[in-house]
Amino acid sequence: MLKKTIALALAVSGAAYAQEFKPAVVFDLGGKFDKSFNEGVWNGVKRFSEETGIEVLEYEVSSEAERKQAIERMVKRRGATAVLGIGFGQADALAEIAAANPDVQFGIIDVNWLDGANIKQYGFQEHEGSYLVGVAAAKASKTGKAGFVGGMDIPLIRRFACGYAQGFKDAGGSEVYVNMTGDTAAAWNNPTRGGELAQSQFDRGADVVFAAAGGTGVGVLQAAKDKGKLAIGVDSNQNHLHPGTMLTSMLKRVDVAAYNFFKEAQSGRVEGAVHTLGLKDEGVGWAVDEHNEDMVASFRADIDKARDDIIAGRIEVNDYFVLEGCPSY
Amino acid sequence: MMKVFGVFARAGAPKMPYWAQVTVIPLLNIFVALALAGCVVLLLGENPFKAMAVMLQGAFVYPGGLGFTLYYTTNLIFTGLCVAMAFHAMQFNIGGEGQAIIGGLGVALFLLFVGDSLPLIICLPLAVLAAAAAGGAWAFIPGYLYAKRGSHIVITTIMFNFIAAAVLQYLLVNVLIAPGQMSPQSVKFAERTHLPQIHELLALVGIETESTPLNISLFLALAAAVGFWFLIWRTSWGYALRTVGQSERAAVYAGIDPARMTVQAMAISGALAGMVGVNALMGDAHRILLGFATGYGFAGIGVALMGRNHPLGIVLAAALFGILTQGGSELNFEFRNITRDLVIVIQGLIILMVGALSLMLDPPVARLIALVSRRKEET
Repeated sequence: MLKKTIALALAVSGAAYAQEFKPAVVFDLGGKFDKSFNEGVWNGVKRFSEETGIEVLEYEVSSEAERKQAIERMVKRRGATAVLGIGFGQADALAEIAAANPDVQFGIIDVNWLDGANIKQYGFQEHEGSYLVGVAAAKASKTGKAGFVGGMDIPLIRRFACGYAQGFKDAGGSEVYVNMTGDTAAAWNNPTRGGELAQSQFDRGADVVFAAAGGTGVGVLQAAKDKGKLAIGVDSNQNHLHPGTMLTSMLKRVDVAAYNFFKEAQSGRVEGAVHTLGLKDEGVGWAVDEHNEDMVASFRADIDKARDDIIAGRIEVNDYFVLEGCPSY
Repeated sequence: MMKVFGVFARAGAPKMPYWAQVTVIPLLNIFVALALAGCVVLLLGENPFKAMAVMLQGAFVYPGGLGFTLYYTTNLIFTGLCVAMAFHAMQFNIGGEGQAIIGGLGVALFLLFVGDSLPLIICLPLAVLAAAAAGGAWAFIPGYLYAKRGSHIVITTIMFNFIAAAVLQYLLVNVLIAPGQMSPQSVKFAERTHLPQIHELLALVGIETESTPLNISLFLALAAAVGFWFLIWRTSWGYALRTVGQSERAAVYAGIDPARMTVQAMAISGALAGMVGVNALMGDAHRILLGFATGYGFAGIGVALMGRNHPLGIVLAAALFGILTQGGSELNFEFRNITRDLVIVIQGLIILMVGALSLMLDPPVARLIALVSRRKEET
């Protein structure tokens, strides 16, 4: 009898354990304090934790081999019921573990090509947001020349560069200098080199620079401040970093995606689906706040018009992913 | 000769016995490094003993822990041997990273375009050879430049790391990228060319274990270590190489061509690093992707330093670094205040203690040992 009671109690507590909502996030190689992409996610996670009082388990991977291990540990050892993977590098590992754990909800950011009934995928139309800040750069530029500093030379970053260059040229700019920081993951975290690249673009006549380079961007924004040129931040709103020389930031609302994913997972409504977030969904955009509203006041209407035109389909922004090349730079 | 050495030895400092040099000193150095790391953990507000326990359990006990530890160890044995091979020619090959990348490209291109059409029994050894040949060729060039033009190998090999990274990046982004997705990685290698992973082999004999990347490359690494020992200490080629490393002029006097030896040693060194591609790609990722070799080339320097360029020492040091990597990742996982950066701090402290400050503890320990043995004699 006693044995049976204990077994029953164990079974009940086990069931309760299984139903308990346990969210987890696995950050990409850049680390959660990269002032940009991962940090954006972290802000969304933080907001979720603060609002709900639920602690989100987190992990920063430090090598390729660790990706699968990290997600698996979250599920198997910690009993996570909702796991959010950050970045396309996580795609294969996450898909594999999602297939093996159909009861666990998965989300992934920057990926839209996976199959899986329990994977929610968030892709962003980075080229659309980049187009807008390209227009802003053209309006603010006096020389008609602009710079772009990318992190690692990968398709995703070329997508940023391509939309930016197109917006810049459509709005009257003449030349865009595109430089990538490097060929290894270190390119996401090399502010010194980012600053040097921005400097060389200034020397060639650029007076606005857009950094889509993770932690490297910090150096780019600093270089612009030191030289009295304008800079455009990325992913998170970076306007506050150097008020006065920060023209704007191209927003990629990974924080909203992360927040929404955990919110939905908490109420148990996550279904496998691909969410493509563009200007229309306010998944991407440009940042106007108290730090830059005076700087952009004269052309704010132009950018809003460009946004409306893109949403309405009157402007077609070149998508590097589709074209696998870029006609604008 | 002894008189010459006497100038350098401090008057009265007793000589360190060999057994102590290879046992007591490395252990003490590790202990000091860990104690310092423990202080850092304490500063972060965590219990260092608990952290230590998590680290060791993570490396050995937790499900899959041992597999990951040995997987990292495999990569580090290859790169450690790579650095040591060049060291024996008195060259500092810090290009293990680039040689591993090109080795990986070698094995990947072979498996993607040639290997699948061959019978397995021919394909597998050829794939390993492709990795070795590609990595070896990448190190051959700096070796050749050194021999012919006197270009410093430290400079050329580190530059070649960047060239290798750029080549990999270019090929993955523009040529090899798998269609239908945006992550810079190739399509998967054909299923049958994947190296058997240890958990799959164990499952065959009925032992169920966690899936880990550990694969039969570990045995390849151990075989390479034995081969290394044989080559360096049991062949005339190895004797010639050590002669070149100890004294180039003596080597020339003995009729050995130092330039030729250096080029050959560099090529073998690169081939060893190239094997990382076999372990990481053929054994684990089953495709080629960016960043598969990141960090191993440079960690290999620490491994070789700590292993004192002897294969046995290198295997042990590689295991230690493997433990630190896997155990460190568990630390990061278990403690909120401990990030992955701390693991790098611990590794740095160990390299500092074992490499740069390895002589710091020598005199006091030698004096202590002398004191103890004198007491024994007296009683």
